Amino acid sequence: MPSAILADPAEVTSSEAALRRFLHGLPGVDRVGTEARAAMLATRSIKTDAKVAAIDLAIRMIDLTTLEGADTPGKVRSLCAKALHPDPGAPDTPRPAAICVYGDLVAEAKAALGDFGVHVAAVATAFPSGRASLDVKLADVAYAVAAGADEIDMVIDRGAFLAGRYRDVFDEIVAVKAACARGEAAGGGSAHLKVILETGELSTYDNVRRASWLAMLAGADFIKTSTGKVAVNATLPVTLVMLQAVRDFREATGRQVGVKPAGGIRTTKDAMKYLVLVNETVGSDWLDPDWFRLGASSLLNDLLMQRQKLATGRYSGPDYVTVD
Amino acid sequence: MGNPFEYAPAPESRAIVDIAPAYGLFIDGTFAEAADGGRLKTVNPATEEVLAEIAVGGEADVDRAVKAARKAFKSWSALPGAQRAKYLFRIARLIQEHARELAVLESIDNGKPIRESRDVDIPLVAAHFFHYAGWADKLAHAGLWRSRTNEHSGADPKPIGVAGQVIPWNFPLLMLAWKVAPALACGNTVVLKPAETTPLTALRFAEICVEAGLPNGVVNIVTGAGETGRALIAHPDVDKVAFTGSTAVGKEIARTIAGTRKRVTLELGGKAANIVYDDAAIDSAVDGIVEGIFFNGGQVCCAGSRLLVQESVADELLASLTRRIKTLRVGDPLDKNTDVGAINSAAQLSRIQELVAAGEAEGAERWSLAGELPGKGFWFPPTVFTGVTQAHRIARDEIFGPVLTVQTFRTPAEAVEKANNTAYGLSAGVWTEKGAKALWTAQRLRAGVVWTNTFNKFDPASPFGGFKESGFGREGGRHGLEAYLDV
Repeated sequence: MPSAILADPAEVTSSEAALRRFLHGLPGVDRVGTEARAAMLATRSIKTDAKVAAIDLAIRMIDLTTLEGADTPGKVRSLCAKALHPDPGAPDTPRPAAICVYGDLVAEAKAALGDFGVHVAAVATAFPSGRASLDVKLADVAYAVAAGADEIDMVIDRGAFLAGRYRDVFDEIVAVKAACARGEAAGGGSAHLKVILETGELSTYDNVRRASWLAMLAGADFIKTSTGKVAVNATLPVTLVMLQAVRDFREATGRQVGVKPAGGIRTTKDAMKYLVLVNETVGSDWLDPDWFRLGASSLLNDLLMQRQKLATGRYSGPDYVTVD
Repeated sequence: MGNPFEYAPAPESRAIVDIAPAYGLFIDGTFAEAADGGRLKTVNPATEEVLAEIAVGGEADVDRAVKAARKAFKSWSALPGAQRAKYLFRIARLIQEHARELAVLESIDNGKPIRESRDVDIPLVAAHFFHYAGWADKLAHAGLWRSRTNEHSGADPKPIGVAGQVIPWNFPLLMLAWKVAPALACGNTVVLKPAETTPLTALRFAEICVEAGLPNGVVNIVTGAGETGRALIAHPDVDKVAFTGSTAVGKEIARTIAGTRKRVTLELGGKAANIVYDDAAIDSAVDGIVEGIFFNGGQVCCAGSRLLVQESVADELLASLTRRIKTLRVGDPLDKNTDVGAINSAAQLSRIQELVAAGEAEGAERWSLAGELPGKGFWFPPTVFTGVTQAHRIARDEIFGPVLTVQTFRTPAEAVEKANNTAYGLSAGVWTEKGAKALWTAQRLRAGVVWTNTFNKFDPASPFGGFKESGFGREGGRHGLEAYLDV
């Protein structure tokens, strides 16, 4: 589809009108068909050695998350310990991709994680509602980046999006992307930017597709479904639409963007369904923690229990995985 | 291992089915050998393994079955509708209870993927029995008139009598349900002949009828091949003929019963157009095209075998379609991840091969899914022909296999003209996000079923049937009652 519809990304974002024309010109998403496709793929059966490999891949894709008002340095330290030693009884267990925390706990997490390659992701831009002035949002980002965040999970301004002010949403993402740059003293480069669409509030699949393109055009490294803080979080059909968007965007521009469903993914079975969705929509190029993440907190322990079961042939139980 | 998403084999267990070495004919509530001892073998099309020997019913057996049905008709038709409903509800529930077994058996005998037999065929079978069970005591409220031929018909429409039913191999148990459920609900008795290559689920259904306590003779299953079917249709005491199958056989049936009192419904071939406009939801349209032609390996009378795509989006649609087809998993029908299973028989495979060869010879461009097919059994890869014109044989003849032809159009009028330019008229598909355009198109398509932004969706409440050489009469829903009532 896309090479024809996106000849020049700079042109389509040059004005509010051009951006609107482009987003509204994207092919529609059929609700019934999309949900049926996601439901069909959810029937795929991942067994034996495929399951062994898929469980380890899913663990490596986790952004292990704690985003509570009650988070403390102690809580974050214990979550980091969990990330470094997911299953103390099985040292070959891979580590999750990142720890995801609020910005004020980034320094604590960085210190606890050391140099083992587990990233620190910080939610920012007045997460989860996104309701603050641009200055406050940018300061929020800059603070987390300065504290050492490897990744920034920002939220879009859903109010602006639903009001049709696409250019405002676009400009804000561009500004946050700029704020992700690290100073020379911090080694330069830029924190990875994940853009949370909060699809549960966008409500239609057409909006999800438009918001996905909008975020990618504005420079998102990842597009993410949800904050986990509203009634509807990640779903398979929404993730399917976002995967179609990154697939088409790469075809049109050559740039690959990652996808992160978050919220409500609790079981190994859930995780397998998402991996199948990735496999059959965008293929193996995205079957890597660099390009697909699962935002979750309780999922890890379920994966570990399944991992133990496959290794020993017996179900252990929740007391045989650590609670952190 | 490399990519975990090669998917390890995930076979559904065969242990749940118990196939006997040989089966007799089910007549008057009991199984018996054919009078002349005739037998044929049914094989697993995915492996060519012989599954069982099946009795071949001859004229004497058909006569015995029709007599049993005639005898049972008297008391069955006299039962209050609510009593007949009781049996049908019971059968519906038993089908649900035996759903997994029936799905495995269907996939073994037919070659279709377990995902389809499990998620589509068997649930629809149960749904048909539930649906018509509900009608059995409400026939007077079906909006059909009292009998015009029977002055004593009273308030309720009356059944016709003994129905002779001949069904195909592509949806063995589902076609049985389409035929048996309305017939019984309306008070008829039946003699049914399953297809010679797929008799096993019908025979299992016979056992379910026994388990449900259905009175003897109400349902009779006479297995066999073409000759058995001919004997059934020609039998003088059959009041109603119902057939689903090829147009050639349908015409033969029409000739056989011409001049008799027999009523007939025929559900025959198709060559459905699937029209994709430039404003379609492309991703779902691609899924729908795949569903339309590769569901049951395209061995579907209403398959969306002719893709008509608006020229302005043809290239990008075909690129998406090809990418999507490459994700299809062809192979073991019992593997839960299989998308396309085996072709049902050697005969059907050679017919597909012949038509595909004709397409190549006539200059259409062939693309087939690469990959190794199983060494044994009957297989054909998902195939797409581009550069096809209306004059090509592959665009006119029903292929009944996983073979899609692609043509382009410029305007809605041209799409409709090409879609209707066929001897058939069973089904069609329309893909557009514009509601008015979908309705405009659907109103002009000469097809019994038009799906909009979906394909191959079935529901027992929705009538199904064709125009032109696709046959006449409707099955399903309220309309489906009419074929089994004297109205």
